[in-house]
Amino acid sequence: MLNSKIPAGNLDDKWVDYKGHCKLVNPANKRKMEVIVVGTGLAGASAAASLGELGYKVKAFCFQDSPRRAHSIAAQGGINAAKNYQNDGDSVFRLFYDTIKGGDYRAREANVHRLAEVSGNIIDQCVAQGVPFAREYGGLLSNRSFGGTQVQRTFYAAGQTGQQLLIGAYQALERQVALGNVTMYARHEMLDVVKIDGKAKGIIARNLITGELEKHFGYAVLLCTGGYGNVFYLSTNAMGSNVSATWKAHKQGAYFANPCFTQIHPTCIPVSGDHQSKLTLMSESLRNDGRIWVPKAKGDTRKPNEIPEEERDYYLERRYPAFGNLVPRDVASRAAKERCDAGYGVGTSKQAVYLDYAAAIERYGKIEASKQGLHNASKEEIIVMGKEVVKEKYGNLFDMYSKITGENPYEVPMRIYPAVHYTMGGLWVDYELQTNVPGLYALGEANFSDHGANRLGASALMQGLADGYFVIPYTLGNNLADEIYNAPIPTSHPAFEAAEKEVAERIATLKNINGKQSVESFHKRLGKIIWNECGMSRNEAGLKKAIADIQALKKEFWSDVRIPGEINEYNPELDKANRVADFIELGELMCVDALNRNESCGGHFREEYQTPDGEALRDDENYMYVAAWETTGEHQWQLHKEELKYEVIKPSQRNYK
Amino acid sequence: MSFKHMFTSSVGKKLVMAFTGIFLILFLVVHAGLNACIWANDNGLMFNKAAHFMGSFVVPRVLEIGLFLGIFLHIIQGYMVTLENRSKRSVGYAVNYSKGSKWYSRSMAILGTLLLMFLIMHIYHFWTPSRLGGVGNIQGLKTFELNGTEYHNLYAEMQAVFQNPLVVLLYVLACGSLAYHLAHGFQSAFKTIGIHNKRYHAIISSIGYGFAILIPLAFAMMPISFYFNLVK
Amino acid sequence: MAHNHMNLKLKVWRQKNANASGAFVKYDVNDISDEMSFLEMLDVLNEKLITTGEEPIAFDHDCREGICGMCSLYIDGKPHGPWQANTTCQLHMRAFKDGDTITIEPWRSNAFPIVKDLTVDRGAFDRIIQAGGYVSVNTGNAVDGNSLPINKDDADASFAAAMCIGCGACVAACKNSSAMLFLSAKVSHLAQLPQGEPERKSRVLNMVAQMDKEGFGSCTNTGACEAACPKEISIANIARLNKEYLRAGLTQE
Repeated sequence: MLNSKIPAGNLDDKWVDYKGHCKLVNPANKRKMEVIVVGTGLAGASAAASLGELGYKVKAFCFQDSPRRAHSIAAQGGINAAKNYQNDGDSVFRLFYDTIKGGDYRAREANVHRLAEVSGNIIDQCVAQGVPFAREYGGLLSNRSFGGTQVQRTFYAAGQTGQQLLIGAYQALERQVALGNVTMYARHEMLDVVKIDGKAKGIIARNLITGELEKHFGYAVLLCTGGYGNVFYLSTNAMGSNVSATWKAHKQGAYFANPCFTQIHPTCIPVSGDHQSKLTLMSESLRNDGRIWVPKAKGDTRKPNEIPEEERDYYLERRYPAFGNLVPRDVASRAAKERCDAGYGVGTSKQAVYLDYAAAIERYGKIEASKQGLHNASKEEIIVMGKEVVKEKYGNLFDMYSKITGENPYEVPMRIYPAVHYTMGGLWVDYELQTNVPGLYALGEANFSDHGANRLGASALMQGLADGYFVIPYTLGNNLADEIYNAPIPTSHPAFEAAEKEVAERIATLKNINGKQSVESFHKRLGKIIWNECGMSRNEAGLKKAIADIQALKKEFWSDVRIPGEINEYNPELDKANRVADFIELGELMCVDALNRNESCGGHFREEYQTPDGEALRDDENYMYVAAWETTGEHQWQLHKEELKYEVIKPSQRNYK
Repeated sequence: MSFKHMFTSSVGKKLVMAFTGIFLILFLVVHAGLNACIWANDNGLMFNKAAHFMGSFVVPRVLEIGLFLGIFLHIIQGYMVTLENRSKRSVGYAVNYSKGSKWYSRSMAILGTLLLMFLIMHIYHFWTPSRLGGVGNIQGLKTFELNGTEYHNLYAEMQAVFQNPLVVLLYVLACGSLAYHLAHGFQSAFKTIGIHNKRYHAIISSIGYGFAILIPLAFAMMPISFYFNLVK
Repeated sequence: MAHNHMNLKLKVWRQKNANASGAFVKYDVNDISDEMSFLEMLDVLNEKLITTGEEPIAFDHDCREGICGMCSLYIDGKPHGPWQANTTCQLHMRAFKDGDTITIEPWRSNAFPIVKDLTVDRGAFDRIIQAGGYVSVNTGNAVDGNSLPINKDDADASFAAAMCIGCGACVAACKNSSAMLFLSAKVSHLAQLPQGEPERKSRVLNMVAQMDKEGFGSCTNTGACEAACPKEISIANIARLNKEYLRAGLTQE
């Protein structure tokens, strides 16, 4: 049984008690202790900066050319915090409750409560760093509402909240670099965790410019390397986002938890062709005013504006009259897929639905007209005024849409389709964010802990920064306090030598395959398998087929991939090959996990387990656990269960009708 | 940070360019104002008096030294900044980026060089005979006497110099260079000393363009006026 | 939407590594859909090069949604290509027409040495930030976020400067390879907030000194940087930086 090390006591007191009683490392000893942080997104940069401030000797690694590029930067909407600045009844408990419920009761109560407790501190810290959050005319911080909640608790900086928060953390990190507390290794990729006597004691990293392998010792290794959404090939993740660091940790014994919990975001710009390399998210806020529809007739090829009102099917409003277009992400995504699969999709690919602003434009236009006292305004005048209002609210998103598609969304309905966005699964960690391998930690999206089976909007930024700024500085100290008696291990230690040799051999093997197919082509094929069988809806037969297909793909990859260039030079194809090789293995585990979980919950929808009207059917009796997988050999995993005990919240069925 | 370092950093060097530039702009106002006296239609009397004032009183003479220092500093610093900036891109582009900025903004050094060449000619024409006449084999200006004081007849000198159509053409072309140099330099100088407020910047920009047109135009009209006998 | 397919000729700068000398190499790319992004067009070319046994073209890119600042490319004489307020990754092939020849060069500046082909090293930007582009506040020191009201206009202006993505297009566009727009965006971001006040003077002086050390040129206010900036950072920020510098230089003890 897994020990999640959740402190005893009342939920409200756990974190306070933990902080009051955890062990500390004195400043003189911190100076002697090297800590490795891999990844410099919100979790990694905030952890590296905070640990540097405390006096640890931090080595931070990122594969990009600068720590500021990490994909946290792309988050648009905002960051939640239980500040209750709006006096609308928000509280730590309410944020905690919303997050647990949004996660469809598959997250750990103690972790989520701690997240809600520190959420307010995050905002304070970011403001102090100079993050330019949106403000009201009185000079105070502004909030907006977001999906899945009834209060306004989302702080934001226009549509670029992630960027501003990351720049804040990046600047704190660079300050520590200047002070000599952090050494930054940009364009370095971690290729293995080095374990000595069962503890993580360092990493093997590849200098991506020279291709050289480097050995780095650390008393602890923190993986802050984000999610694995790119296993689908097409996702809203950055091109470089990868699973390799956490997958290497998994291969070294760390358990991988709930890998099948992936989030599909309903409002993305649809795929336009086989050339497509990535998908672009359109903020969830568009569903506040837009109406989603498909034609009532199958294979209708008319232009959207030529289809009369009575021949349109506003399927979300039809199926979910209570929530309409504002149902949660997983529900909206599945509904779009259902319509397209049934043959009602639109656009050249038929894999899209319309997001229509015509009604909103008219509604806003009428409001504007009456505001200006124009009671006899013509329809044309109303539409002109309405467009102005919509432009003010969503102008930047409409611009982005027209840049990518070449269409004018003020005139023609936008075409949208769901896309992979976030992965709730990740390395299994205990309350201290430590994996089952001592000394190895996972923070942010890289771990599994806080979002259960579905993440609410504006919660990812919160979790990344909570882990880095306010959790790891305490929990790491608690564990390192005992390590001060152990001398640093020189990287000439046989374990380091062996790990380096193994990595070098793997690279040489990859390079020497000298096959015919490009890395990219394998990645695309993997993505198609996972998307079709382990995407928005899954079934037993499909998953079994996917596992077989992936195993065959793996064999083909290792016998026919072609990597041009040399090992000892800047070689992006080689970097990619390393990553895709890991994605293939992860893809198999995702399907294994999805096959094991005989229920539907959150982002995991098994067709066999649904209510008569097609909604997700949870099985709390048998599946209220975290599925943590241990690798036991090629294509073999052993399941470890962490039972989820709900002491405060009573799980119930989600209903949006 | 010392004051020296403050003016030798990249921003500091630009501050020197801006301050000397603004000083030279002020000089242009004075110069144009004085020279405008040729249009008094009094056969140059007012003009010669004004020129005499500038040449014989202590304050303008001291300012004249400052002016030369300013010009010198502006030129030297300008060349140094240009050379240094060029050295920052050892391998150039195959296709140059020309859409984002005005050609004259990118060509301040060339325009400045043209102005320097003009300046040498201009000093040779008027300043050396006036100030250094009689030194070595430099010929002095013609003089005339008024109320017991001897005046240089610069007016007559102008009349003489501007009979040569080539000289007139060179002067007019130089005024063109000056116009473009000012079109960029005027507002750039104020940006460099830190005017960032949008309203002030708009005002300065319009004044700058007006200045860049009017002052060179006034100067250009002088040789033209003499050549076509428009002044009496 | 109608699909238009086109055939294009590319002139791409190829350079093995930092020390090698480079040259332009010509490539033909055929059957390019106008719905592709510019980088997807390069992906197509790279796939072709890989299958024919040639080395693919190295270029930096990551988020492909215009925010990470990783993509670069100087396309037909303009950083990030012909569209205004746009990054290379958001440039789509609609911007070109059948038969066009497109010249692709790396950012050119001695402060951004070439790593390979079109990839350059922008580490100098990180070092400029290290010189003072931050507020010195350790985690846990913060007071309540609402304890210090900030005028909305100031907050908005600060945000407009903070939008810089650190891509380096300003340096690439500037005839002097000056990093002043990048530097001034950071100085303006922090100088307009009360949180930036305590380190206001040392920040600007140290950051300018670091910029000079990195080998960037000086600003001659041509405005090329502003025109090339994908985030439309205003050149007024440079004037503000100059003011901050003058003020700090004159009043520093």
